[in-house]
Amino acid sequence: MPLYHNDDQAMLKDNVAPFVAEQAPVAHLRSLRDSADATGFSRDLWAQFTEMGLPGMLVPEAHGGLGMGHIEAGIVLEEIGRNLTPSPFLATSVGAVAALAKAGGTQASRWLPAIASGEAIVALAIDEGAKHRPDRIATTATRAGNGFRLDGKKSFVLHGHVADMSIVAAKTDGGITLFAVPKDAKGVTADPRRLVDSSLASHVTLDGVEVDADAVIGEVDAGGEILDALLAATRTGAAAEMVGVGQGAMDMTVTYLKERKQFGKLIGEFQGLQHRAAHLYGEMEVARATVMKAQQLLDEGSEGAKLMVSVAKAKAGRAANLAVREGVQMHGGIGMTDEYDIGLYMKRDRALAEFMGDVHYHIDQVARMNGY
Amino acid sequence: MSEVDAFRTEVREWLQANCPPEMREPVRDENDICWGGRKWVFKNDAQKQWLEACVQKGYTVPDWPKAYGGAGLTAEQTKILKQEMKRINARSPLDSFGIWMLGPALLQFGTEEQKVHYLNQIARGEIRWCQGYSEPGSGSDLVSLQTFGEDKGDHWVVNGSKIWTSYADKADWIFCLVRTDKANKYQGITFMLFDMESKGVTTKPILLISGNSPFCETFFDDVEVPKTQFVGQVNRGWDVAKYLLGHEREMISGGGAGGDMVSIGALFAKSLGKNDHGELDDPILRAEMAAFDTDVFAYRAMGERFMDMWKTGRAHPASSNMMKYVGTELNKRRHELVMSGGGSDALEWDSEESKGGARARSWLRTKANSIEGGTSEVMLNVIAKRILDLPGA
Repeated sequence: MPLYHNDDQAMLKDNVAPFVAEQAPVAHLRSLRDSADATGFSRDLWAQFTEMGLPGMLVPEAHGGLGMGHIEAGIVLEEIGRNLTPSPFLATSVGAVAALAKAGGTQASRWLPAIASGEAIVALAIDEGAKHRPDRIATTATRAGNGFRLDGKKSFVLHGHVADMSIVAAKTDGGITLFAVPKDAKGVTADPRRLVDSSLASHVTLDGVEVDADAVIGEVDAGGEILDALLAATRTGAAAEMVGVGQGAMDMTVTYLKERKQFGKLIGEFQGLQHRAAHLYGEMEVARATVMKAQQLLDEGSEGAKLMVSVAKAKAGRAANLAVREGVQMHGGIGMTDEYDIGLYMKRDRALAEFMGDVHYHIDQVARMNGY
Repeated sequence: MSEVDAFRTEVREWLQANCPPEMREPVRDENDICWGGRKWVFKNDAQKQWLEACVQKGYTVPDWPKAYGGAGLTAEQTKILKQEMKRINARSPLDSFGIWMLGPALLQFGTEEQKVHYLNQIARGEIRWCQGYSEPGSGSDLVSLQTFGEDKGDHWVVNGSKIWTSYADKADWIFCLVRTDKANKYQGITFMLFDMESKGVTTKPILLISGNSPFCETFFDDVEVPKTQFVGQVNRGWDVAKYLLGHEREMISGGGAGGDMVSIGALFAKSLGKNDHGELDDPILRAEMAAFDTDVFAYRAMGERFMDMWKTGRAHPASSNMMKYVGTELNKRRHELVMSGGGSDALEWDSEESKGGARARSWLRTKANSIEGGTSEVMLNVIAKRILDLPGA
């Protein structure tokens, strides 16, 4: 399969790009932020997403979705990134759907149609400390009565305070098990924190939370594979969103270089800036290709996907980080003001970079997957 | 079975039957590459056999039309052939500036007669070409070139000199930029073709920091070139040159990541050893190698996307400049890490153990990657102007 969008995908982009740009431009993020919105995203906007079928893009058709792939989801995420749109799309429609579709069974039948219809928001309760370490999960699930009792603390749970269900990764006797923990479960406390990019992420405490045996997503002790699917999808999605953030920041900066005059010249005439902008262009192009390759391998179910996903998260992280740093620097003083959007790009990039493993984590993974 | 699968099966079977085992060994150094030409001496029977099999099938230039010595494959079929060759580690049957550079220029600008004549010679590996572009006073500012062809009716008399002519001492013919109108800078250059055995052509190898001499100075002293031997139009050779530079950048960038899938960290974990956690036993070097490997895997995806887009006309015409820039900078970084990983062993210049200082010489050679075929700085200029549309001269 060639590494560019086919006609259907190009058409999807032609539909989604103007929709997001018109309905949820950066001003939309500002208005949510300035009104101290307590949800973290606009439910009206989510209803519009639903009208277009977007929440269920990755949901199999048998469960009421569109049965599309990661390339298509990536098209939506890139536009979300470019417009800094606050949205539960990544966690709910990409991460949670990947896990549920991989697991099948009761929880898939219960939640996938609800995600596709836009009714359910799902959060991912994976991380437990300030850094992403999914191989060191300390939250426990112990057998109790007909089901399990969950104890532990989760952090960086996006939409955790409003999610209808959270996917919780916990340690069981023989491995990792994933649980679908509903919003009203007794013993769950979500403490939302405002992050640097104005999004809301919760510290979630699980204090003797009792769930039925059928709350298990997939099989007991066999959550590792499902968690891998969740992580691969979410990391690739975050990388696609970062490509959008980086591209948005770069486009804004290149435009500024063509408008701003100093020393009687457009600053874009200075070779010192031209070369940096051109270098950034190369990094962004490489990041875009890498993310698309990871999406393609995931869609093919290829064994090489895992390596490429880490490469994509790392490369997109590096490129987008360069884009926002150069963006602020090249904007000069106004780049430091809240009034200009470029700083918002820097903030969103920082949050996405941390989400599901930062550049260092994924470069380390590349080394490990290559045996060193 | 789909047509694509059927083609893949056919290619796989053909390679199995025709690619000798010796030609499935990794290319260790320059001597393993087959360049062809009048003076070519095959390194072994396998090299000769492999070239002949590919020539017969049109696989030295698979995507060229059959009439010109190719196999007439589509972009997709060519990609499959390359994948299948890579799968069995098959070496390239023939490398040449004819295939990479002159060929594409002739396909675009040549007359039918030129295509049939020259392209078939290139495809069969009969004539080895070199490129006469740079001059002592014209490097990055190539268009200022001074080598002059005086109009003598049915021929030109060429005088001047070229520099950095790769393998000029081993080449049979040269494609050469020659000024034919001193009054017109851009539209005063003709793209000529002539035999290196013509009277008045001399070459002198240049000793480089690597201790090797892959490049030459080439001198033209009243060289007669018939007026039939030019590509495109008289005085419009710059159009051909620019087109060709795009291909040169494509070629150099293609080599940037080093063809194989071997991670540099995995390679050095063997020689440097691992700690109790199975990690390469030098944490900072490990981190740098892992960051480099990440960039290489990323660049490989970029290479795939670039070729997919380039071959179907989707790529920005100037995007080969970006590929060249990123790829060559990456290759220089690889060789810095190879030297670090090799430690003092890699410093040895002529010992048997060091294979004649192979690592050190390769490391030094790569420093030219970001100079030849347009410097990194020129690449960045082109990206800034033609892709980002930034203002200024």
